[in-house]
Amino acid sequence: MPSDSTLHKALAKPAVRTQTAQPTPRPEWRHIHAPDARSATTAHLPRRQGFRELKLFLRNPNAIFGMVVLLTMALCALTAPLIFPRDPLAMVSRPFLWPGQDPAFPLGTDSMGRDVLAGLVHGARISLYVGLAATALGLGVGIIVGALAGYFGGLTDRILSRLIEIFQTLPSFVLVVVLVAIIGPNATTITVSIAIVTWPTVARLTRAEFRSLRENDFVIAARSLGFGHAHIIFREILPNALPPIIVTSSVMVAGAILMESALSFMGLGDPNVVSWGSMIGGGREMIRTAWYLTALPGLAIVVTVLALNLIGDGLNDALNPRFSEDRL
Amino acid sequence: MAHSKSVPRQIWRIVIHAIPTVLGIVVLNFLLLKLAPGDAADVIAAEAGSATEETMAALRRSMGLDLSVLEQLKTYLLNLVQLDLGHSPRYAMPVLDLIMQRLPGTLLLMGTALGVAILLGIALGAIMSSFAGRIPDRVLSILSLLFYSIPGFWIGLMLILLFSVKLGWLPSGGSGTIGSSLTGWDALIDKARYMILPALSLALFYVAIYARLTRAAMLEIRNQDYVRTARAKGLSPLRITLSHILRNALIPVTTMAGMHFGNMLGGAVVVETVFSWPGLGRLAFEAVMARDFNVLLGILLLSSLVVIVVNGLIDLLQARLDPRIGAK
Repeated sequence: MPSDSTLHKALAKPAVRTQTAQPTPRPEWRHIHAPDARSATTAHLPRRQGFRELKLFLRNPNAIFGMVVLLTMALCALTAPLIFPRDPLAMVSRPFLWPGQDPAFPLGTDSMGRDVLAGLVHGARISLYVGLAATALGLGVGIIVGALAGYFGGLTDRILSRLIEIFQTLPSFVLVVVLVAIIGPNATTITVSIAIVTWPTVARLTRAEFRSLRENDFVIAARSLGFGHAHIIFREILPNALPPIIVTSSVMVAGAILMESALSFMGLGDPNVVSWGSMIGGGREMIRTAWYLTALPGLAIVVTVLALNLIGDGLNDALNPRFSEDRL
Repeated sequence: MAHSKSVPRQIWRIVIHAIPTVLGIVVLNFLLLKLAPGDAADVIAAEAGSATEETMAALRRSMGLDLSVLEQLKTYLLNLVQLDLGHSPRYAMPVLDLIMQRLPGTLLLMGTALGVAILLGIALGAIMSSFAGRIPDRVLSILSLLFYSIPGFWIGLMLILLFSVKLGWLPSGGSGTIGSSLTGWDALIDKARYMILPALSLALFYVAIYARLTRAAMLEIRNQDYVRTARAKGLSPLRITLSHILRNALIPVTTMAGMHFGNMLGGAVVVETVFSWPGLGRLAFEAVMARDFNVLLGILLLSSLVVIVVNGLIDLLQARLDPRIGAK
């Protein structure tokens, strides 16, 4: 299932970080302690990097499109109780009104006479909530585990890597189904279950970044200044390890939304809220006579997930300049 | 072939590496089984319709459920070694037999889907990389991003709508015509007709991943020294693309294919429920509906083992593709 963001991870891995980590080519004679003219003049330059990347991101039409779509969806989700104050699960009209048949219900009604448009707008809430919350949770756990493994190395690394490997071996969607079936379906358990299967991806990525960064001069400098492990991990290394993690996170949200929709399609969603997946699951039996009941919620999923993936692509281009050069 | 001698040693190394992972997965599985609401005695009592406190206690004692958790883990492990995954009250047969009955169907579906995904993905990726930055590349990039964003179960339903309901070309579910007396070639065609839609819906997501991976890998390899050498030797562009670039681009694709095997299994769960394909995924769905945790966890355990085996095979394949990998 689309849980993974391996695609972007694979693309993001060989990130070139020369500009941030080592602003200048090192002088060939290392034992000289006099201030080097080149590093002295460029010391204040890297500050501008963030703006350059933001500008690159904002110049990408696909990414802008994705942002606009996503913000629209988020707006729908936030204002759903205002636009459609009635319960989206309530019966409001006669069943099987086709889209356009009744102007009061522009997208028609389902087999129980529920407003499809209200369902779609309310469905955005659970999809985005699960997507964002599961990603935040997965990122938190993944970053901590990956940072500890990559920073300390040795036995810590070996144990944590094993743990990561175990969770990566378990088929993720099957594990989600098992967890939700055991704990019982509601928004929180679904979120936690999705986070449980997505953190290993982040952990692996973070671990690899930390391993390649921890021997860098700025880390040694911080250590020699007497900073503790926590400061070095979170204030020194993590900011430099973030670009690939940021790219992954947007794809993780997309994956989490896909998983939530698949779960609720199978009837394992939160039974008390309307979700795109459960709308598809409900409309499925009527596919011969009322196919719009299946098609419309699916389109909502596709549009949202596509927007997130476009944003992920834009971030990847902005944060990993090498691949944008390849793109020409 | 110089490296073929080391194949047994490689297999040995892979097996040694896999043992802790397998143990971890088994223990996790056991813990999940303990976490599930109700134990085997509850299930039997429920199936029987009624049971007194005393019979329940006797049942628990006879099944060793009154022992400490560690003791139970020991019996669980001993049972596993004897290939005993427990008993399914719902189907009234051993879990292992049940799973083995369904495994071939799923493996067939996944194998077909994976094959389709790799072939199509590599073809699309090769086209994209040879037109990098131009119109065909941009169109295919958007298309692959779209594939990447569509939930498998929804595209399955849409394919059913188009090819089964509207056009009537292909069957909408099942794995073969029931009660048909076809033999030989005709039977194969019949099977294939049932296979097309589920395999396609499962493959689409992975087509996108492999296309993008192939594109990125081929763009990177195109600038390698050995490609320039091959070009300088006067080899035809087709020959260079096929045997110098594509062969090396296969390495990331096969790595990913191995990692995706588990995820694809998750996708198969949903796609099989859409197409009522008689496989492991559908069994998992039925087990969820019946709250049959023995079956569910058996599927999780066995599919994880399948993933481990497949990953081992991929490791071996990679040593073939790139002798540098096995050499260290």
